Amino acid sequence: MKKGNPGRTRRDFLDSATRLIGAAGLVLAAGASVTHATTQSMLAAIKGVVGDAAVHKGKVKLEVPPLVENGNSVTTTVSVESPMTAEDYVKAIHVFNEKNPQPNIIGVRLGPHAGRAMFSTRIRLADSQKIIAIAEMSDGSFWSDETDVVVTMAACVEVL
Amino acid sequence: MPRTLINVPARAKRGEVIEIKTLISHDMETGFRADNAGKTVPRDIISLFVASYNGVEIFRAELHPAIAANPFLSFTTVATESGRIDFTWTGDNGFAANETAQITVE
Repeated sequence: MKKGNPGRTRRDFLDSATRLIGAAGLVLAAGASVTHATTQSMLAAIKGVVGDAAVHKGKVKLEVPPLVENGNSVTTTVSVESPMTAEDYVKAIHVFNEKNPQPNIIGVRLGPHAGRAMFSTRIRLADSQKIIAIAEMSDGSFWSDETDVVVTMAACVEVL
Repeated sequence: MPRTLINVPARAKRGEVIEIKTLISHDMETGFRADNAGKTVPRDIISLFVASYNGVEIFRAELHPAIAANPFLSFTTVATESGRIDFTWTGDNGFAANETAQITVE
């Protein structure tokens, strides 16, 4: 003799409940990806440079002040560990951001004649965000460094 | 002609790594700003900087609107022989500027 509804055991109930939570999680994740659309465009820009190659962490040093008062001019220095010989040198360095209207900041090309793999410039930051520097080595490998920057007064938004 | 500021050591030892600093006056208008009337100001930036040492390219930078006004760039090169270092900037609306520095290598 059976009690209650034979089609719904306790196991069935737990199973469907888990599925429901999983679905809710998916919805949340989808929502998050919409708010981080700019991160997607940064990833797309990075993909445009590195293609399908793996980007390793290390070798690169991205120096940006952690707290920036004025986003209109932020001194940025990128240096890469490399002997800079004819056989082993840094070919290019690219810098990307997360929340400016466009993901690219600068791309430089250098070679063994540079002596040291480093450059310095001043950039604009529209918001507190993450900045990524990616170096392309002569052997085709990619290395990166990233920093979070807090910006008090943003660039790009002021009226003339 | 925009104002430029170039810092190259006048003398260097052969094989020494020298630092070169360049600055050029330019608004680097991003194309994302609105004026008082609410109209977007069109983009007007320097998009390319190239440095060559005795005719050989030593450094090239592609600039985007995220570069601050009056673009500053500093980089290094190995002093190989006496000669000239040429700098060129090109950008939107036919912008072009050149500058030359002399270096004596001993």
